[in-house]
Amino acid sequence: MSLSITRLASVNLRKDLRLEWRSKDVLNSMLFFCLLVVVIFSFAFDLTVEETRRIAGGLVWTAFLFSTVMALNQSWARELRNGVLDAFRVSPAPAEALFLGKCIGNFLLVLLLECLMAPLFVIFYNLTSVGPVWQLIIVFLLGTWALVVNGTFFAAMSIRTRNRELMLPLLLLPVSIPAVASMVLATAEVLTGESSPLLQIKFLAVYCVVFTTACFLLFDTVLNAE
Amino acid sequence: MRNVSLSLDAGRFYVLRGDNGAGKSTLLRMIAGLNEPTEGRILVFGQNHKDARSLMGYMAHASLLYEDFSAMENLRFFSRLYSIDSDALLEAAIRRVGLDPRLDRHVGQYSQGMRQRLSLARAIFHGPSLLLLDEPFSNVDPDSATEIVQLLAGMRNEGKTILLVTHQAGILSDIADEFLVMSRGELVSRSTPQQVHA
Repeated sequence: MSLSITRLASVNLRKDLRLEWRSKDVLNSMLFFCLLVVVIFSFAFDLTVEETRRIAGGLVWTAFLFSTVMALNQSWARELRNGVLDAFRVSPAPAEALFLGKCIGNFLLVLLLECLMAPLFVIFYNLTSVGPVWQLIIVFLLGTWALVVNGTFFAAMSIRTRNRELMLPLLLLPVSIPAVASMVLATAEVLTGESSPLLQIKFLAVYCVVFTTACFLLFDTVLNAE
Repeated sequence: MRNVSLSLDAGRFYVLRGDNGAGKSTLLRMIAGLNEPTEGRILVFGQNHKDARSLMGYMAHASLLYEDFSAMENLRFFSRLYSIDSDALLEAAIRRVGLDPRLDRHVGQYSQGMRQRLSLARAIFHGPSLLLLDEPFSNVDPDSATEIVQLLAGMRNEGKTILLVTHQAGILSDIADEFLVMSRGELVSRSTPQQVHA
């Protein structure tokens, strides 16, 4: 019996995407929340194009960060209903496969949210990028992975606590501060074209590698903690 | 749990009884690897219980099923965790518990009795040698309970070891090999059905 982690991760990923496709719980709540943030902020500030470029990084990542937190809580809540997580734990499948599948599933959902929301940000804030857009794509890919990998890990940690909705941001946000700061800076640097975001991109890449490895290695302990 | 020392023989049917909070479900969860004992060890067929997961089938109070999946979709997902890729095997397990594998209704729309049956199918589809069943008759009508008992008797006759927690031990008196009783986290007695009736 060969239980390859990547094959089992893909089994978990397909299961998560199929469940999400049927319920659309995660995507709907993320979209609604993000839409609210975009609309409220657009009415709250009256900015010039230049000013918008400078603050857009913070605004965009704030919206995506909190939307991601909502998604992560719900993706694990699905595993608690009817105790399904126990069925996984009694199986011979390695915990890392569940973690990897969940991370990729959440990553794809948040990316989808970003793709759907990007035109709205452009319209509501009259955003255009001075720097190359491909750099922005790299920042978003790395930034989203950084949020999702830590978020999936800490959501699993808080899943069995009484106040899991409160616990996740409390655990996730402090750890994510360096990555979020880097994402905001890099996004502003690309949008304004004033400086190169290369340093921030390198930092994000290292952050992703370090935290993905740490979360991957520690996940079995977290999943089986009582 | 306190000072529990228990050895089960292969191919026998054990019924675990006791008051609420006696530790029956905890014992099952420990054997299944869901709870960790603070001391001592658990061996299943000579191996550490966590290395013998594919040899065990576990049925809990909760159904351990996805409500937005059909019976086949649920079992197909769980079967992949055991590296099983055969739909025929899954269909056989679903038929064995008296359900129709072609039923495409989601589990969320199942009655409690159907969920229990499917939950049992989930616990047995991979042909485990040790079955750990926690209250398989709860919320099940008497006819369905009798069918489940017959199914379990058949599995015992195939050589499977069964450890079953129930408050309805009476319906198992004909097929159980041994009754175990727990109280306040301790195993307080072991007896055969003959000794119970005497």
